[in-house]
Amino acid sequence: MSLSLHRQDTAASGSAVVENPRRLVDTIFRIREFGIIAVLVGFVAITTALQHRFLEAQNVKFILLDATIFALLALGETMVVVSREVDLSVGSVLGISAYISANLFGQFHGIPIPLVFAVGIAIGVVCGTVNGAITAVGRVPSLVVTLATLYIIRGIDVLIVGGGQVVVSSLPDSFVAIGQSTLAGIPDVTIAVAVLIAAGAYYLRSFRSGRELYAIGSNPEAARLAGIPTAKRIFTSFVLSGAIAGLAGVVWAAYYGTVDSTAGTGYELTVVSAVVVGGVAIFGGSGSVVGAAFGALLLETINTALYVLGISAFWDQAIAGFLLICAITLDHGITLTLTSALRRRSPRGA
Amino acid sequence: MAREVGAQALPGVAGDSEAELYVPGEKSTRTSGMLTGQSSGTVAKPSGAGRLRGLLRWESGLVLCVVAVLVLGISVSPAFLSSSNLLNMGLSNGEISIMALPMTLVVISGEIDLSVASTLGLSSSMIGYLWLHGWPMPGIIVTVLVMGLVLGGVNGILVTRFGLPSLAVTIGTLTLYQGVGIIVLGSTTVSNFPARYTNIGINAFPHTDLSWSTVIFLVLAVVFGVLLHATKVGRSIFAIGANREAAIYAGMRVKRIKTGLFVLSGVVCALAGVLYTFRLSTAEYDNGTGLELNVVAIVLLGGVSIFGGKGTMIGVVLSALVFAAIQNALFLTSFPQEALGVVIGALLLASVLAPKGGELLDRVRHALGSVRSPT
Repeated sequence: MSLSLHRQDTAASGSAVVENPRRLVDTIFRIREFGIIAVLVGFVAITTALQHRFLEAQNVKFILLDATIFALLALGETMVVVSREVDLSVGSVLGISAYISANLFGQFHGIPIPLVFAVGIAIGVVCGTVNGAITAVGRVPSLVVTLATLYIIRGIDVLIVGGGQVVVSSLPDSFVAIGQSTLAGIPDVTIAVAVLIAAGAYYLRSFRSGRELYAIGSNPEAARLAGIPTAKRIFTSFVLSGAIAGLAGVVWAAYYGTVDSTAGTGYELTVVSAVVVGGVAIFGGSGSVVGAAFGALLLETINTALYVLGISAFWDQAIAGFLLICAITLDHGITLTLTSALRRRSPRGA
Repeated sequence: MAREVGAQALPGVAGDSEAELYVPGEKSTRTSGMLTGQSSGTVAKPSGAGRLRGLLRWESGLVLCVVAVLVLGISVSPAFLSSSNLLNMGLSNGEISIMALPMTLVVISGEIDLSVASTLGLSSSMIGYLWLHGWPMPGIIVTVLVMGLVLGGVNGILVTRFGLPSLAVTIGTLTLYQGVGIIVLGSTTVSNFPARYTNIGINAFPHTDLSWSTVIFLVLAVVFGVLLHATKVGRSIFAIGANREAAIYAGMRVKRIKTGLFVLSGVVCALAGVLYTFRLSTAEYDNGTGLELNVVAIVLLGGVSIFGGKGTMIGVVLSALVFAAIQNALFLTSFPQEALGVVIGALLLASVLAPKGGELLDRVRHALGSVRSPT
């Protein structure tokens, strides 16, 4: 979030803002925001130069569709991570929501699609409420709590599903079409998720409660002493993350059509990777949902690009891992530069 | 509200200092944070006896757990305690239990290593690759162990010398090491290992009913237990995890010790990879995928604090036993084995909630009270 910390810092150092370091800070944030986009554009440019088929409509559609689900999950995850928590249960929530919602079509013939979406989101809200309540009220680390709910929710999913599965033929055509229809070559789902991400970005940037998530992530204790209802905010971020994972489950079901008890297994670490590659600090306090979405898009683009280039798909894991480590290192470097820039600035501000 | 804020500010806590420095036990112990913050056990009860009591309570809880699972196991099947079942139990959980041992040290020092399963997988790929290229098995094993040392070293250097958060770094190396494994072996499956070696993976250790992996686990548990609880290095590990700054000021070689722990983790996970490959007599690129969270679960269930600075080796050994026995007992019943997660997850939640049960009850009561009589 290009403005996030900057605003906070302006507030912290009072009205006496010195022009030069401020520009420096802005520039750094611009690097942070543009870094990921530059890598993405560079990657697409090189790949397209080598293989023209890369930007074919069909290919772009697949990349966008695959990235959409991770970008959606990354939206919820970002809200949790900026407040210095983590939600590892998103993959399990996606799985259980995908199965239960898709199964509704078989159980209740002619059930309206919006109701199915509502059920999926409701399942996510329930899971998020459990995560949030235990983390915020119990004051126990979210890493442990959501690791536990990752197991529990997946276990419940397995108990419900058993060996069964929902197959695409049991789903109404209009539901399956959700994952297929496009507007000017861009999948409808992607557009809808982009709107959601924009809304999320606006919320984190401009709403008081959104700003407070950054404050909590920067320094939980200071945030609490400043009168921010930290427990309430953290609780809400988990509920939101759960709701979004529930929604992602329904989208997943529409896109893939076949749902069994393994849907979304292992997604949690990919989502956290996307968020971190997108420039969200793992220990909270900075980063944006837009960056996280681009992180998801970048990971997906790399997968497809390697495939299109005829580089063995065996390489993408390693390249993704390498990129992730580069992103973390770069992010750390930027943070250090920023901190020293702020330190230089503060005596004059006071 | 104003009254509350004032009361919370009383301990004289500076707003911008590290959360680790706060006085716990007060309302100000806000432990929001994944790996930072304060576990109320470490400083809340400065008296050694109080702390010991708290730890003992968790370990005795685990002992009760073990007993309960044993009773359950015996009641569902008379074969539960048979020697062949004991062997099975050790075989199916040997590798993750072994990986939990160095993980315990890493977590107590305040870090985490999520790349353990990928290290296992990569060593399995390497074994397959080198075997295809005609290397002798002893040479392969040595090479793989050295590779584990390097992989752990990379984690350690990134965490200590670059100052990066281990949670993020090891998610990165999780993907990277797995990716390298895929490059090394591709879609090839190697399974023509001589029986002399694969027997190690499935047979009992000579003169016992225990699997090789169980024996190695027990030996390593004793070694690591002594290292952690009876040496200077072990005390340093606790000190670093409890308060890193203080440990640095006390002259401890924080970076060196942490790097050492990551290296140890790498080597032990590579060894687990050897055992895993022999047990399945197969080297494949996706061996061990996803096991990292099981390993973390065993460590946390063993009463090790995710914030570092707290935990015992005996707790983790008991926890590994509970983990293996529950899985085995459920396997013998008609209960779907995949739903094991519900039990493990519940135990995991209990492991973090139980130690703060009383505190929690007070808080809920307080919250309810303030709802009823708003001031």
